Amino acid sequence: MNGDPVVRVRGLRTQFGDHVVHEELDLDLRRGEILGVVGGSGTGKSVLLRAIVGLEACQGGTIEVLGKQIGTLSNPDRRALEQRWGVMFQDGALFSSLTVRENVEVPLRAVAGLSDTQRQGLAELKVSMAGLPWKANGNYPSDLSGGMRKRAGLARALALDPEIVFLDEPTAGLDPIGASAFDRLIVTLRDALNLSVFLVTHDLDTLHACCDRVAVLAERKVLTTGTMAEMLQVDHPWVHEYFHGPRARAATEGIPDKD
Amino acid sequence: MKVADTTLSDLSIDVFDKRVILSGHLVVWTLSKLSDTPDAAKIDLAAVTRMDTAGAWELTRRRAAGGTLTGLSHHHASLLATVTGALPVPDLAVEVPAWWRRTLEGTGRRVAGVLVYLSELAEYLGRTLAALWRGLCHPSRFPATSLIHHCQETGLRAVPIVAVMSFLIGVVLAFQGSDQLRQFGAEVFVVDLIAISILRELGILLTAIIVAGRTASALTASIGSMKMRQEIDAMRTLGLDPDLVLVLPRILALVLMLPILGLVSALTGLLGGAVMSWIELGISPAVFVARLADVSVSHAVVGLTKAPVFALIIGVIGCHAGMRVGKDAESLGRMTSSAVVSAVFAVIIADAAFSIFFAQVGL
Ligand SMILES: Nc1ncnc2c1ncn2[C@@H]1O[C@H](COP(=O)(O)OP(=O)(O)O)[C@@H](O)[C@H]1O
Ligand SMILES: [Mg+2]
Repeated sequence: MNGDPVVRVRGLRTQFGDHVVHEELDLDLRRGEILGVVGGSGTGKSVLLRAIVGLEACQGGTIEVLGKQIGTLSNPDRRALEQRWGVMFQDGALFSSLTVRENVEVPLRAVAGLSDTQRQGLAELKVSMAGLPWKANGNYPSDLSGGMRKRAGLARALALDPEIVFLDEPTAGLDPIGASAFDRLIVTLRDALNLSVFLVTHDLDTLHACCDRVAVLAERKVLTTGTMAEMLQVDHPWVHEYFHGPRARAATEGIPDKD
Repeated sequence: MKVADTTLSDLSIDVFDKRVILSGHLVVWTLSKLSDTPDAAKIDLAAVTRMDTAGAWELTRRRAAGGTLTGLSHHHASLLATVTGALPVPDLAVEVPAWWRRTLEGTGRRVAGVLVYLSELAEYLGRTLAALWRGLCHPSRFPATSLIHHCQETGLRAVPIVAVMSFLIGVVLAFQGSDQLRQFGAEVFVVDLIAISILRELGILLTAIIVAGRTASALTASIGSMKMRQEIDAMRTLGLDPDLVLVLPRILALVLMLPILGLVSALTGLLGGAVMSWIELGISPAVFVARLADVSVSHAVVGLTKAPVFALIIGVIGCHAGMRVGKDAESLGRMTSSAVVSAVFAVIIADAAFSIFFAQVGL
């Protein structure tokens, strides 16, 4: 069941005005894998994610998700597709007028025949699976810390048990304990639900802990993809610096730098 | 490889007295089909091809209710274990008090809330005065540039709307007044009517209401958005005094500008009244001015005395609301509209209090 691409990007070109963000960009996300997408700030990781889920128009190339080409879909097809993926935005993007549980219930409302108690129970399960305490169910997003908002955003992205989840820097701004708990959570959920995960991150520990493959975004395209071990062999200067810098060494060796 | 289209996923259910045999997709989309099967049944899952957390959650619920599960594949068993491990544990429910207690408590809280609100406003007034004192003691720290900027924003920019509004009020008063007074042959007293009502009450009250709408919302929005982005905290850590830098120039500008706006309003109101009296009643400008000279100057004094007080009320309410904005954009919007409502309301209450005061004093 694993291996076939669920997301296929070919020759993608996006630009804002005359600022070209991506050019001739190719990328595959395979079923059941966790793909880490790395790249310097402003290289267009978030724009790529938004383009794949159809929030950003592209000026060329094709994007196929689960066999359907984005941008050519009719409205009902698009809605059906949206129910098969979940997106977690950089700051959670929770609806501020709803409590956490109500936020998670929003996608569940599309399911016909679900009773109120079932919907609430499922929402509470997702909140708990995302690692939030029971109390958080009734809290409004403004009452939560950044890390908790991210978890709530993940709970909402997972509400319908999608086949693909897109995560934009899920561990940025979390403390190391929270971040590694998040890494474990993503792996557990992938194993349990056979998720395919598109994970934008800067966090080398996350790359080591959960990603099956890494795609490096630079010079407007995907420069190289491969496992972490393969990344260490690449001799492009930026890639080399990224995976061999002092922080990278500490992460690969799993031991702190000693003075 | 076949990709299941979740919206079309199908679950078939066969029930043999106490045995339920499921086949197909046990996912969130098919969960409702299970609702009329008995809870405490023996559930056979050997033919389930796809299961998600919602399906697993339903199974854990049934298992807890006395059901038994058979035929779980290895894969589904591990999902079930994951879900079982993640089941939320509700906190102990807090006891809900009786309805009359809740009503009483709510009323009490609201009354106490009003008192707290008033004491906070008093605190802000005090802090502004203290900041003014500090500013006067250290003239180099006095935010003069900012003061001038806010004078322009709240004063100069408001002149057109205040002038037009007062002119029209003068016109309306002359028009309505002349109609009534003509019945007694006392047309010429329309001048007194216009002068007294505009100088004493309407000019300054309506100006204050317009300024409350314009400036209180602007104060709350500007201070509130800084509060939201933690700029105010940053100022404190950098040794800048938000009361002196932000609050003082805004409130001081209002206190300086509202009397001037009140004067503008009085003049344009009289002008509007004079124009209308001339057109409608044939009272020439010379007669209008002559009659105007007979109206006691105390009316104008009474009107302008109120201006600085209204300005303080508007400024303090606006700045206080701005400082109460939380971290989310929604509270910014809520505080902005509540600042306008409170400021208009407070101005009208203060005006009523002034009426009583001046009546007692005999002005
Ligand atoms: N709506 C937009 N309008 C113009 N430029 C944009 C817009 N969104 C993103 N960009 C530009 O695209 C580039 C990539 O942005 P982004 O994907 O957010 O970077 P990152 O890789 O850090 O997530 C940046 O240079 C940014 O300035
Ligand atoms: Mg980004």
